[in-house]
Amino acid sequence: MSTLRCAFVALLAATILTSVPAAAQERLKVIASFSILADLVKNVGGERVEIGALVGAGSDAHVYAPTPADARRVAEARLVVVNGLGFEGWLDRLVKASGSKATVTVATKGIKTRKAGGGQDHGHDVDPHAWQAVANVKIYVANIRDALAAADPAGADAYRANATAYSARLDALEAAVRSAVAKIPAARRKIITNHDAFGYFEAAYGIKFIAPQGVATDSEPSARDVARIITQIKRQKIPAVFLENISDPRLMQRIAKETGARIGGTLYSDALTEANGPAPTYIDLIRHNLTTLAGALTS
Amino acid sequence: MIYDTFIAPFAEFEFMRRALVGTIAIAFGAAPVGIFLMLRRMSLIGDAMAHAILPGAAIGYLLSGLNVFAMAGGGLVAGLVIAIGAALIARTTELKEDASLAGFLLISLAVGVTIVSVGGSNVDLLRFLFGSVLGLDDQTLLLIVSITTLSLLALALIWRPLVLECVDPGFLRSVSRAGGPAHLAFLALVVMNLVGGFHALGTLLAVGIMILPAVTARFWARDITMMIAIAVASAGVAGYTGLLLSFHAGLPSGPAVILVAGALYAASVVVGPVGGLLWQAFPGRHLEA
Repeated sequence: MSTLRCAFVALLAATILTSVPAAAQERLKVIASFSILADLVKNVGGERVEIGALVGAGSDAHVYAPTPADARRVAEARLVVVNGLGFEGWLDRLVKASGSKATVTVATKGIKTRKAGGGQDHGHDVDPHAWQAVANVKIYVANIRDALAAADPAGADAYRANATAYSARLDALEAAVRSAVAKIPAARRKIITNHDAFGYFEAAYGIKFIAPQGVATDSEPSARDVARIITQIKRQKIPAVFLENISDPRLMQRIAKETGARIGGTLYSDALTEANGPAPTYIDLIRHNLTTLAGALTS
Repeated sequence: MIYDTFIAPFAEFEFMRRALVGTIAIAFGAAPVGIFLMLRRMSLIGDAMAHAILPGAAIGYLLSGLNVFAMAGGGLVAGLVIAIGAALIARTTELKEDASLAGFLLISLAVGVTIVSVGGSNVDLLRFLFGSVLGLDDQTLLLIVSITTLSLLALALIWRPLVLECVDPGFLRSVSRAGGPAHLAFLALVVMNLVGGFHALGTLLAVGIMILPAVTARFWARDITMMIAIAVASAGVAGYTGLLLSFHAGLPSGPAVILVAGALYAASVVVGPVGGLLWQAFPGRHLEA
């Protein structure tokens, strides 16, 4: 009898003991505000992190409305990674409302910001789309690495190794962008697009992005704006017009027809595509934008 | 100077010409329909129907993407189902038409919003639904002009029963059975014109360009033909002036057009010779003399 009980207790102890390492292996729950950030966290966190994005692939973070399910995911998360710079105006309230105890990390900490161009009816003056310059994303990666290490000290070494490896890939990406841009004749390095989310790309690589609308995707252009942009394309001989995955395409087509500029293809700015799309990861996104730009501007 | 202000924007830019053609075509289709809506005390029905179109357009979008004709077709079907359903319920049960339509409208709106939200990336759809008069492509223009042509022909066809039902439905029922079919055909016209306007110019503009010119015309004429002529003219003027306003003052084009239509209405309330405020304040002086 007593031996049986002993055996039972031993068995119980054994299961508890074996379940303790299993609990330690439980992955760190992290929520990123949008798909690009989620991709970066996935690259730095690797296997140790369970990552979710509030604004998923193909959706526009500017007009996102949080759902109760999102509040639950935020409440369950240990770490919330945001872009900051006014990109996710809705997030503070969501974190408070969810009662989450998660640390909120701003991935753009330490980035040299630039002013938003042309945004007349905009609440904030800083352009939040800093990830469009690859050099900035290396800072994102460093911030994410530190935040993950703080939330999960046991994995600090793994995070550091991942971040270093990913930064090396970013360096290669940066070099590829620069050499591709160098092949485009200097006079043709300008396009017109209906979303000026590319301010950092423009500043870093010297391709000029001219937009008929402000920074936000929610302002309706007036006839005057459209007329100005058409006049501008004709006067400056801008070779290509680009569509963007989250704005009204018909207006762009009209402008292209009226000016003879080429419709260059789709540039992805604020969101990744689904896994079967052309830009399922951040590196793919930049490469896709680069090939599309080069294709429209070199010929 | 006059040329620069009033003509140059259209001479210089094709998108302005297209926008003008679009708004004028919509004026010809929607304004007469608006007159009948007003005469039958159904002015708010236009608003209701605009919401009712949403689920159909959303389904059309889900099935075939941003195809103007698929979305217009879906909107048309949804609007017709609701218009006919509401009319049938009103004619066969105790419920009045406005009440049954309100019921349908609210259900339809909820279904539409649900489909839009569940359908994933909804931004494109909303952009499409709230359309921009500045981005009219060939397809959309063709759709608007076809709808206007069809609706003018149909109005000519059902003109007599329609007018009779406005002024004396009892008499019409005693001499003819055309009242019911004419009413249904008329509701179909309302839906069609809303779909055309809705697609090109968004909900706001579609309903506004239907109702505002009609209520403006009411202050200028008693004769229904005159009223329609004035409504079409004032809708056209609103379109033209609104586009100019958008061009020179940088206002968003859709709201600018409706604001001008609204200003015409406000002015007519004051100075309109048929029941306008000024004419009521000084009644019949020229008759006494």
